[in-house]
Amino acid sequence: MIKFFLMVNKQGQTRLSKYYEHVEINKRTLLETEVIKSCLSRSNEQCSFIEFKDFKLIYRQYAALFIVVGVNDTENEMAIYEFIHNFVEVLDEYFSRVLRSVPCVQL
Amino acid sequence: MVVPSSKLQDLIEEIRGAKTQAQEREVIQKECAHIRASFRDGDPLHRHRQLAKLLYVHMLGYPAHFGQMECLKLIASPRFTDKRVGYLGAMLLLDERQDAHLLITNSIKNDLSQGIQAVQGLALCTLSTVGSAEMCRDLATEVEKLLLQPGPYVRKKAVLTAVHIIRKVPELSNIFLPPCAQLLHERHHGVLLGTITLITELCERSPAALKHFRKVVPQLVQILWTLVTTGYSTEHSISGVSDPFLQVQILRLLRILGRNHEESSETMNDLLAQVATNTDTSRNAGNAVLFETVLTIMDIRSVAGLRVLAVNILGRFLLNSDKNIRYVALTSLLRVVQSDHSAVQRHRPTVVECLREPDASLSRRALELSLALVNSSNVRAMTQELQSFLESCPPDLRADCASGILLAAERFAPTKRWHIDTILRVLTMAGTHVRDDAVANLTQLIGGAQELHAYSVRRLYSALAEDISQQPLVQVAAWCIGEYGDLLLEGSCEETEPLQVEEEEVLALLEKVLQSHMSLPATRGYALTALMKLSTRLRGDNNRIRQVVSVYGSCLDVELQQRAVEYNALFQKYDYMRAAILEKMPLVERGGTQDEEAKESKEAQHSEAAVIPTEPQTSKLLDLLDLLDGTSGAAQPPPPLEPSSEGTSVHLLDLPCVSPAPASIPNLKVFEREGLQLTLSFVRPPGTPALLLIMVTAINTSEADVTHFVCQAAVPKSFQLQLQAPSGDTVPAQGGLPMTQLLRILNPKKAPLRLKLRLTYNHFGQSVQEIFEVNNLPVETWQ
Repeated sequence: MIKFFLMVNKQGQTRLSKYYEHVEINKRTLLETEVIKSCLSRSNEQCSFIEFKDFKLIYRQYAALFIVVGVNDTENEMAIYEFIHNFVEVLDEYFSRVLRSVPCVQL
Repeated sequence: MVVPSSKLQDLIEEIRGAKTQAQEREVIQKECAHIRASFRDGDPLHRHRQLAKLLYVHMLGYPAHFGQMECLKLIASPRFTDKRVGYLGAMLLLDERQDAHLLITNSIKNDLSQGIQAVQGLALCTLSTVGSAEMCRDLATEVEKLLLQPGPYVRKKAVLTAVHIIRKVPELSNIFLPPCAQLLHERHHGVLLGTITLITELCERSPAALKHFRKVVPQLVQILWTLVTTGYSTEHSISGVSDPFLQVQILRLLRILGRNHEESSETMNDLLAQVATNTDTSRNAGNAVLFETVLTIMDIRSVAGLRVLAVNILGRFLLNSDKNIRYVALTSLLRVVQSDHSAVQRHRPTVVECLREPDASLSRRALELSLALVNSSNVRAMTQELQSFLESCPPDLRADCASGILLAAERFAPTKRWHIDTILRVLTMAGTHVRDDAVANLTQLIGGAQELHAYSVRRLYSALAEDISQQPLVQVAAWCIGEYGDLLLEGSCEETEPLQVEEEEVLALLEKVLQSHMSLPATRGYALTALMKLSTRLRGDNNRIRQVVSVYGSCLDVELQQRAVEYNALFQKYDYMRAAILEKMPLVERGGTQDEEAKESKEAQHSEAAVIPTEPQTSKLLDLLDLLDGTSGAAQPPPPLEPSSEGTSVHLLDLPCVSPAPASIPNLKVFEREGLQLTLSFVRPPGTPALLLIMVTAINTSEADVTHFVCQAAVPKSFQLQLQAPSGDTVPAQGGLPMTQLLRILNPKKAPLRLKLRLTYNHFGQSVQEIFEVNNLPVETWQ
């Protein structure tokens, strides 16, 4: 099950966050900073799946934007990886130049 | 004057135009003030615009809670533009913690039954996002009605809402069971995907639903078959694979349905084989489907051929250059290595390759898998690889790697010498990261390998001479040098290069260890004891050793001080005992702690024979959890109570030395068979009224020895029983030396004593077991 969905830029600012399980507001910022730190510190040769606390993080980089999805153990990581790309393509179709705008979209 | 409200776009431009954070905050605060005023005035025409701006501001991180009631008003309004923004606001601003969310239940109810698709869609979306348990309960029937409506737009959303309801309120599952079967006939992939997810949730939560849905396995197989075999369809294709998301979901559901169920698994076999062989693996989508197929094959009761196919697919993944695929392959191989060990062994070289990955998560997985793959045939090669990995691996993996190597070495070591070598190498490379019992294990191992004493002491000496910082290594080396110092000085040993070591060098090294600030207190203790043992092993005079020992007699560390003072005493007053005390230690029983080693070395002046018969008994007694017949053993190995123990022996354990007190209670003969007699004698020590000591004496008047004699006892629950070690396990024939054993019984409640004895022994070539209750116990034993 997907636990959360984040879009973060390279400077560490959250551009979009959607939580599918209730997390306290102050815990959210903490969670986001940690997640961002672990994603930003990875290089290009490393794989896109990270183990983080009791989630798995699957992230993908698009220019200056990182899309991070946190899932629990039962998910297929590669399917989520494909899903992230699908999402970006949908946004691209629906709003042009998606990477530079801040989309107001309710997932 | 009423200021006309600006549009959302204008606000966004204004915010974007702000150059600094402070400016932005200013703009937003001004706008929020406007919005608040507007809400207060209650302007219905522009309310939605104000709320839209408020939502934007909320997304940037500013507080927006004052908009909650406005959401409610907007939702209730009949205009679609209002409703749209209102529902959006509800989803963003309201959550379960607020009480306001219950107020939208009624609005949602009305909207759901309205019949306009767009409005129903909005309502369903909101319900599925913020629906709390109460809301779900109220609205479940409405949602269920919508499941069967024509028109995929609403059905899709209804199905997703149903999933949310099930997650929140599992008891409502039976409402949603009947429509599922019908929904599976759907052509629209969105509805189909939602239905599969719904069925998955239902099955995961209730075994009854699981049984119910096993009937649809053939239908699922059919759907997946059409997906896989139909050609290219523009609507659903992602890099050549037809709707991989749906395929993955169906495979997952099949996995849940086929687990532990022969019949369903059989129906799926062909399909899984087809998917596994026909999926295009050049792009990630295909690999995702293939991965899910492998997981499913592993989980259900599949035929052996299919499992081998699955492992081979994983092996192929391992060779792929894409890191992600290698990662999932390693993870899944780890899961199957227990059940399909031989199949995974074939891919061992590739796994070992992955150890060298720079990526930390990959190398960690590869390490775990490699450790699981070690077996007796490949142990040498694998440990070689693992040791080279140990040298270069990141520090957080070191501890795991080191303990893994040691464990593997323990289980599969081909020769003792190889084992010792391996442990030595691990200790030298990663000494600080090994577990605490590695030292104990190594000393026990070396002690047991008689022929390797010279070899090991030499190796350890050279290792120690190079580097005294690795504490476990230093401890083992110190112990070895102490025990086998004479072998070290002897000269040649055919297994290593000849090493000429002088006595002075050895002493100097040990002193260096003692004085080094890197040494832990435990290490210092080892070194001091080693020095002491060398005093008997070395041929020169002991002045240097005496000096060191007396210096440490005033050391600040209490442990060292105590040792030094005792050793000093050994030099001065008890010099005649020194040789005997510092003899070579007998082999320590596996699982014995450091304390027992120390105790045993001090008890070494007891005859060796006395130690050995206690060992098999102590191992039984050491097992505190062995509640056979209710006996409980003493935790420490007590010294035997035979007259062979000298009066000067050091009893570290405070055991009452039982001298048969004036027998006020008559002895009781309890057992006789073929010449073997068992007698009980009772003592009630006057100091402790609840305590009863029973001495069991066994005499053998027959012609053949009684061997392997074991006596166990059981008492009722209110009593506490302690069996002490017997004097031996052989009762020699012809009335030879009787065997005795002491039982301690605590009877705080002064209940009537009942005693059951169980004897097992070998006599006349037959093994005998006798269980009997002791009758006629004298009243004085328990009153």
